[in-house]
Amino acid sequence: MMYYSRLRLLGVAGICLIGVLLCLPNFLRSPTPSLPWRQIHLGLDLRGGSYLLLQLDLKSLEHDRLQSLQDQVRQTLLDHSLGYRDFVRDDASASLSFAPRSDAERAAALKAMQSLPPVVPNEFTTSEKDGRIVLTLQHEAMLARAREAVAQSIEIVRRRIDATGAIDPSIAREGDDRIVVELPGVSDPERIKSLLGTTARLTFRLLAPNPSVASPGSTMLEDESMHTQVAVQDHVDVDGTDLTNAGAVIDQQSGGWAVTFQLNSAGATAFANVTRANVGKRFAIVLDNKVIEAPNIISPITAGNGQITGGFNARSASDLALLLRAGALPAPLSVVEQRTIGPSLGAASIRAGIISLLTGLLLVIVFMVLFYGRFGLYADIALFANLILMVGILSLFQATLTLPGMAGMLLTLGMAVDANILINERIREEVKRGRGPLQALQAGFDRATGTIIDSNATAFLAHVMLFVFGTGPVRNFALTITIGIVTTLFTTLLLSRLLVVRWYALARPKELPV
Amino acid sequence: MLSRPLFRFVRDDRRINFMRGRHMGLIVSAVLSIASVILFFQPGLKLGLDFRGGIIVEAQTPGPADFGKLRAALDHAGIHPDAVQAFGSPRDVRISINAPEGADREAQTQKLVDGVKNAISAAEPGTQVLRADAVGASVSSELFRDGLLALGFSLAMILVYIWVRFEREFAISAVVTLILDLTKTIGFLAITRFEFDLVMVAALLTILGYSTNDKVVVYDRIRENLRKYRTMPLRELLDLSINETLNRTLGTSMTVFLAALPLALFGGSTLTGFATVMLFGIVVGTSSSIFIAAPLLLLMGEKRLRKETNAG
Repeated sequence: MMYYSRLRLLGVAGICLIGVLLCLPNFLRSPTPSLPWRQIHLGLDLRGGSYLLLQLDLKSLEHDRLQSLQDQVRQTLLDHSLGYRDFVRDDASASLSFAPRSDAERAAALKAMQSLPPVVPNEFTTSEKDGRIVLTLQHEAMLARAREAVAQSIEIVRRRIDATGAIDPSIAREGDDRIVVELPGVSDPERIKSLLGTTARLTFRLLAPNPSVASPGSTMLEDESMHTQVAVQDHVDVDGTDLTNAGAVIDQQSGGWAVTFQLNSAGATAFANVTRANVGKRFAIVLDNKVIEAPNIISPITAGNGQITGGFNARSASDLALLLRAGALPAPLSVVEQRTIGPSLGAASIRAGIISLLTGLLLVIVFMVLFYGRFGLYADIALFANLILMVGILSLFQATLTLPGMAGMLLTLGMAVDANILINERIREEVKRGRGPLQALQAGFDRATGTIIDSNATAFLAHVMLFVFGTGPVRNFALTITIGIVTTLFTTLLLSRLLVVRWYALARPKELPV
Repeated sequence: MLSRPLFRFVRDDRRINFMRGRHMGLIVSAVLSIASVILFFQPGLKLGLDFRGGIIVEAQTPGPADFGKLRAALDHAGIHPDAVQAFGSPRDVRISINAPEGADREAQTQKLVDGVKNAISAAEPGTQVLRADAVGASVSSELFRDGLLALGFSLAMILVYIWVRFEREFAISAVVTLILDLTKTIGFLAITRFEFDLVMVAALLTILGYSTNDKVVVYDRIRENLRKYRTMPLRELLDLSINETLNRTLGTSMTVFLAALPLALFGGSTLTGFATVMLFGIVVGTSSSIFIAAPLLLLMGEKRLRKETNAG
């Protein structure tokens, strides 16, 4: 219909107004903190900063779980007074196996294994092979564990990064076993990389009775302070998860740097029990499978606090304290991708991007007026509204704008004009066929609409695919174009049509300017 | 000034016999595409960091860069870069290292990038690091796979959509035309030695999207004319449809071209390659809408399309 109801008119005007309002936070300061003030975030390529992609070590997660499962299996067999021999742990196939003491106990042992509580559903399978009972960790379940571990790691990574004073970091999961860290303004991420690369798993364990050779139930670990290998029991007496606080201090006796720690009541009780029972023996303070120090227990430690001295300097002591306060990662993380943009390059990019964006826009505007006259001008107004709506929606989603995103915006504007061109050419054809102005307008709009929807739908589908399967810059590009297609449909099918209709109603021209 | 358009691309009553040149168009297109496929294998694309893995550090030294000194400093640090080269101004240095081999290569890659930064800052105090990227080998192969996947799925979606909305002949000739467009663009990339990275994948996909858009508009008109002129031979009908949509085809190409042109000229290092490839794609996409997509339809659907519309 060539008639716009008042409601529809208000609707279109209202949406444009909302678009303007949504854009405002990008240019103004928030008047009161209570107002939702949503802005577009500038991507790292525009503001400078570092991007790190961290990979969770699945193997280590599997290894740890196999270790704890092994303890569980032994304990369960002991509780049921079932015997076993030839216990084998195979990290390569992620399985444990043992032979029951006698055939009579086989069924009971199998039943006991099947009743072991899994940490996640279907964590492991229990089977019988060549007279042995085999427990195998399932890959799917390990991936589920990895997802959990990633969720925990994100929290810890955030705490560690916040402690460095980085401003406005963004930390997010990617896929099953990865974390993306974005650090705006950080142009030298070396310290953060080393902080994140440390698992910071602190354990207190007793040394093996004979610390120079590994015996069952103990492992040879590197002693960093002595530069030797020392056998440490696998059994963990007190764990870093019981830490409540840690800090870097100067040791009163030696004058060097040390890290003090405070345990919670459960940790303090465990610590007191162990130290009371083992006075005169040595215990090891182990950080990520390396012994920091292995002092003698002189007297029971009951207050639940202590001090680690291990050849620290000011930086390494405060870093360790920071790591201990933030907590240990459930599995090691390693950096697999790093991208750093210096601040000067970011500023240059944004300038170049904005200049070319504006120039492109100007060229398109001039072209439209020259080739399509009055209707071209209306198309330009619609184009401007389109830009505002795009920026508004991106602000609403608090989306990130990168250089490829800006290019996507510009291309959307180029393509948006296409819809207007289709309409104009169609109206022109109808006029040539001898229709009157009103009929030509109506037929032109109606016929062009089908074509516009077809062409935009294909572009929409293609870019949704791009958004789903793409990564990083490609995703951002696809997002802006997908949003752009929606705003284009609105501005061309409703707004520019409204402008033409209003003009026609007011001017009542004898012929159309096409 | 607003009462009449000041310019038109072609007069409305102009009828160009495009179908006459259809064999020529198809042959030229096929030859160019075959040449592009050969270029794709030899010399091949210059893979960017995203897909190759490795390290790129770009730095700006306080004075004109002393390459000998920088190389010596890197050498001293035990780093053997694959290239130390100038880019942009004489103060700008780009150091690139291919992904290290071996079991521990992910960790090695990350260590190297810090090593490079430290070595050049020590050699030339006051050096500003503009960009430091390190992509591990496993990530780069995944990015490559994802990029191809995105490309493949987009093509498939286009095929399905046109199939549903139009007919089989339209869908197949559209996708064949798109593949011809795509191969030429890849040939263009191989010749110009622009780095093929994730942003380029986005460029290829935009070209695809734009080119599809163009074909859909022409096909839409062909479909409309098939219903309107039931007795007109397909060849004439295709010519008529192309001519009727010619002003629109050229107009839209022109606006997209104008929008991308400033980016290609002064968009900065990231966007220049992207926009230049876009410009090439716009030209290829527009010409293939006229010279390839419609003739293919004639070749495939001469009997079938006419019969079906007669029956329906």
